[in-house]
Amino acid sequence: MNVKTRPHNNTRLKLSLWLALTGFIALLFADIDIHRASPSQELLRMGQGLMAPNFWSYREIASSAFNTLAFALQGMALASAAGFVLALLYRHPLVRGFCAFIRAIHELFWALIFIQLFGLSPLTGLLAIAIPYAGTLAKIYGELFEETEAAPRNNLLQSAGLSAFFYTTLPLAWRPLLQYTSYRFECAIRSSIVLGFVGLPTLGYHLETALGNGQYNDAAALLYVLLAIVLSLRWWLKKALLPGYLIAALIYLPPTAHFSWANIARFLSEDIIPAPLRNKTNTDYVAVFDWLAMLWQQQILPGVTSTLILSQIALLLTAILSLAWFPLNSRQFFSPLKRSLGDGFLIIARTLPEYLLAFIGLLLLGPSMLPAILALGIHNGAIIAHLLGRYSGELVLREDACTGINRYSYEILPRVYRQFLAFLLYRWEVIMRETAILGMLGIGTLGFYIDSAFEEFRFDRAMLLILCAAILNIIADILARTLRQRLHLRPSPETL
Amino acid sequence: MFELHKISLKYRKQTVLKDVSLTIRQGESVALVGPSGAGKSTLLKHLRSLQAAKVAWCPQHAGLVPMLSAYHNMYMGGLSRHSALYNLANLLRPLAIPKAELQTLAQSLALDAELYSRVDELSGGQQQRVAIGRALYQQQAIFIGDEPVSAVDAIQADKMLSLISQRHQTIVLALHDTEQALRVCQRIIGLKDGAIAFDLPSAQVTAEQLAALYQA
Repeated sequence: MNVKTRPHNNTRLKLSLWLALTGFIALLFADIDIHRASPSQELLRMGQGLMAPNFWSYREIASSAFNTLAFALQGMALASAAGFVLALLYRHPLVRGFCAFIRAIHELFWALIFIQLFGLSPLTGLLAIAIPYAGTLAKIYGELFEETEAAPRNNLLQSAGLSAFFYTTLPLAWRPLLQYTSYRFECAIRSSIVLGFVGLPTLGYHLETALGNGQYNDAAALLYVLLAIVLSLRWWLKKALLPGYLIAALIYLPPTAHFSWANIARFLSEDIIPAPLRNKTNTDYVAVFDWLAMLWQQQILPGVTSTLILSQIALLLTAILSLAWFPLNSRQFFSPLKRSLGDGFLIIARTLPEYLLAFIGLLLLGPSMLPAILALGIHNGAIIAHLLGRYSGELVLREDACTGINRYSYEILPRVYRQFLAFLLYRWEVIMRETAILGMLGIGTLGFYIDSAFEEFRFDRAMLLILCAAILNIIADILARTLRQRLHLRPSPETL
Repeated sequence: MFELHKISLKYRKQTVLKDVSLTIRQGESVALVGPSGAGKSTLLKHLRSLQAAKVAWCPQHAGLVPMLSAYHNMYMGGLSRHSALYNLANLLRPLAIPKAELQTLAQSLALDAELYSRVDELSGGQQQRVAIGRALYQQQAIFIGDEPVSAVDAIQADKMLSLISQRHQTIVLALHDTEQALRVCQRIIGLKDGAIAFDLPSAQVTAEQLAALYQA
């Protein structure tokens, strides 16, 4: 008999092997040493802090919590409005490219740029969130519109135009659109917190101070507030209340800034022009080439290399952790009570931003790639495990199906593997984006060189490096999409 | 109105109609009959595509927007008569003129009680009447319907069909109920195996001819 393996199975296996292989090879080149003498002692102090949170500076906590929410609300309001308009034009390749570009630049990089223009102002925070989020929302909205059923539209006398869109396409896409937007709001809160690490007055600002000074009781209080805000979202994030929230946010933190036009003009016309080109009378092309070659050799190449190395290891860890953890949230393995405990852990790990986890990891383990790898693996692993667990819970097994590890390997894993790969490929872009950023904590990825360039006021270098990071993300985006299409994987965008 | 000369049509890459020639003049009412798979739907879709902006179209699968009300689904027939701004305002809150028009239309379709219900809460028959309402509200001279009353009970079906006849000059329908076709239309086209088996005035169609259509 002629036995043929199905092509998809084969490619799925191949993809998995490639991911594992690149991860392990990357591990050979990575610096994953522990540089602290006694991480366990520090961990113990952190644990003590978590047991005794200090809420005494409640005024500060409250104001930074409100700032966090205000940035997220305003940023999302602007992003969803702009994203909606862009999504209407999403068929146009120029619009597609524009959206891909603005979302390829991380909100922290946008913040660093806007800080140069508008200082540490509310406007900076608003724009830093709104711009990349508009790019992402435009993509998701655009795809949702394209995926709606065509029949209602085609039955009209004129299927093109705004009226047909508002009567057929929009109502058909409305529910998933709202679901995705509310998920993105959760992400915006995380982004808003992380913006504190570059100086904006959100929870992250105080977290960085408290953690950096070893005041773990203060940090614990901030952490609990952070968790409380995100975990309570489903109770207070109501459509009808949104206009009220937005008005309150605008009154509490008006998006203004003190800035001088001369300053902005200088930044755009002088500061970001490559240094050898600034002398307008006499352009020295050799000097430009030398400048580029020097940057390529000293910053771009090492930055890109370690970004790739770190993200591949983080991807591998994410894969391993999500496969190990998803039973925690699966009906197939645990009773509801145990499962709610397991999922509780996953939800907390998912709620804490990678950047914060990496910062804590650095305090514990010292400067190496290890904290970043762990942070990315834990956060993204928890996200996938949570979704995969829920997905596996919907499977119907026969009455006499085996239990325990046999059930995991024979019944469940083969059935969820496809979905797992889809989630993983989607997170790949996200991991790549975040890896670049974690360099700002002192790990040698692109973010490190970008942050240093800003500190040295070498904005020309900073811009070039940000451009490199953006190109890297765009490549990952395209590659992941191609792979997903080739493997016939289509994750629903609801919570990714 | 419509002139087809030796036309072949495909459905999902398979030729379902071969060398079909057909003329439909203004003022005619034509019924396509024949077993399923004979190419009725394909022929109707093709006829519609010839003058898409002038044809009131009632497809076999209603293709309604489930989360909108019957009112808004029917109003969709008239979208191209108004500006986008007017349509948008009507989407937020029904405007007086279309509201009055559609209430009258809903009465004649026996949908007045369900006019403001979401269509996914309606029964299959009610949804089909909404689709008819949408086609009627397109207010065109030509009506093309693919089994427009298949899910409606017999008494109501005749009412719907006569409503359609009253409001359109030219009618082309696919109907599986041959007696219904004979009652409503002046001309019957029998389709079988991708070709026209007969094309006669209703009065001249015999029971044998109809029976032959459905024999394997």
